[in-house]
Amino acid sequence: MTNQDLRQAQSQQPILDVQGLTKLFGGVKAQDNISFSIEPGIVCGLIGPNGAGKTTLFNMITGIYAPDNGQVIFNGRNTRKMAVHQLVKAGIARTFQHVELFGSMTLLENVLVGMHVRTRCGFWGAVTRFPWVNREEKAAVEKAESLLEFTGLIDDAHKPAGDLPVGRQKTAEIARALASDPLLLLLDEPAAGLNAVETENLGQLIRAVKDRGVTMMLVEHDMSLAMGISDKVIVLDQGRKLAQGTPREIQNDEAVMAAYLGG
Amino acid sequence: MSDKLSARSRARIENSIFLAAVILLGLVTENTYYLQIMTFIGINTLLALGLNMLMGYAGQVSLGHAAFYGIGAYATAILSGTYALSPWLALICAVGGAVLVAFIVGLPTLRLSGYYLGMGTLGFGMIVNILFREWSSVTGGASGFVGIPVLEAGPMVFMSGKSYFFLVWAVVLAAILICRRILRSRMGRALRAIHDGENAALAVGVNTHYLKLKVFMFAAALGAVAGFLYAHFVLFISPESFGFMVSVKMVTMVVIGGMASIWGALLGAGLLTLLPEVLHGFAEYEMIVFGLVLMLVMIFMPQGLTRGFLDIYHASRKKRQ
Repeated sequence: MTNQDLRQAQSQQPILDVQGLTKLFGGVKAQDNISFSIEPGIVCGLIGPNGAGKTTLFNMITGIYAPDNGQVIFNGRNTRKMAVHQLVKAGIARTFQHVELFGSMTLLENVLVGMHVRTRCGFWGAVTRFPWVNREEKAAVEKAESLLEFTGLIDDAHKPAGDLPVGRQKTAEIARALASDPLLLLLDEPAAGLNAVETENLGQLIRAVKDRGVTMMLVEHDMSLAMGISDKVIVLDQGRKLAQGTPREIQNDEAVMAAYLGG
Repeated sequence: MSDKLSARSRARIENSIFLAAVILLGLVTENTYYLQIMTFIGINTLLALGLNMLMGYAGQVSLGHAAFYGIGAYATAILSGTYALSPWLALICAVGGAVLVAFIVGLPTLRLSGYYLGMGTLGFGMIVNILFREWSSVTGGASGFVGIPVLEAGPMVFMSGKSYFFLVWAVVLAAILICRRILRSRMGRALRAIHDGENAALAVGVNTHYLKLKVFMFAAALGAVAGFLYAHFVLFISPESFGFMVSVKMVTMVVIGGMASIWGALLGAGLLTLLPEVLHGFAEYEMIVFGLVLMLVMIFMPQGLTRGFLDIYHASRKKRQ
């Protein structure tokens, strides 16, 4: 029995349950009463025109913005009072629309920072370097290297992240996000700025991550990618949920067509 | 893998050169005036090292750092001078006190974003200085505190001169090693991550507020150690050694030396300690020349001395090839 099957068997409850989420920016509703839930182990595409509120939704799920109304239930816990780093520890990781790696640090170090919530060496550990600190460091480096191996970046492990081409940086963000052992991974336009070959590879990587049992939500403008890898698609338009369903259902939805074709 | 090894061995080489230079200077120099200047450079390096961790890596400016320097100095003066406590015990109390005060000051101000710590510490520094000045029954007031005992450890007596030079620089070396260890650890990586991109650091799970607070407390501890060494070196302290201008001077050391660089702290402290001594010859024009030198450094080496010298070195190597 694979990890994924196990997780699916264990939990009937959704990993993420968004209930009536509303966010106002100066009186304008950036999010208007959005509700949906995501089952463990699936890839959920989040699509919609620019300004539909996709990134705002991500920022609320990850705890960067507090919603004005509604709530987010993650893995059975209400996240209202949780800080960003607590949510990461609980199992939510994300990547950014515009690459936000730590440019002067090596790829390996970037992934190690991604492991921050799963390691514990602080000031005294750093100064004294007790045996447990060295053991933790060694295990962390090994895990980081295996993640770079998994994402195909191991050859660049010791190069500064800022020196890499955009395609590799985007992949590196996924590696860094995976380092925190997330249950839910939010990908904000992972294919933006990638060429056709890189997008193809990205699709394979996302499938491989899914096979590891990680639930994913992705914002994506590349429709063939979004429709190709998503099990479920949610469409946002002007801060409202327009439709939800399988990729096939969405492609035949008239309201969605109207929104996209400027109806 | 080779890159990483060479970085580590380069750090070792740098430390060895530093150690050799300190020992050589200490043994060769006989002139007490020069020894005294170099001891002051060491004390200022400690101040700059702590502040550099805070400014260069955590991206927070403290405009009242002289307060911690003063707390260290006055704590040991009062405890060992007035109450005849062992100076080494006083050191522990001084550092503990400074760290506690930093925690109390830093907790609310670091929660706010931007330059709130700068503003908060500015006010804090002034309040502490007023306390030194006005609480005369304990601190000696504006005329200063007299009667600080000389440091002793077993048969060793640290009077000004070579012994104090070596004591101070041994502490500087220890502080450099500690900073290096921090920067290479999980905590240091998180700090450098904040330096590169605070939002991303937050998003990958770094508790940035807490980390900044920790670094602030660490900088306060180094400041208190520097104050302790200063008090037992000059044996007389007065409030103006810990005023606002001293805080500004510390910030200048960090910026001139080069932010986010351990050797930058040393260079900045060296330049800002030496310049006033060298410029004595200019008499009343001293401050003008002093300002001019700082301006020239900032114009031609905007990233500070460390980066500037490295750039010159790389450029000259390229030219030769």
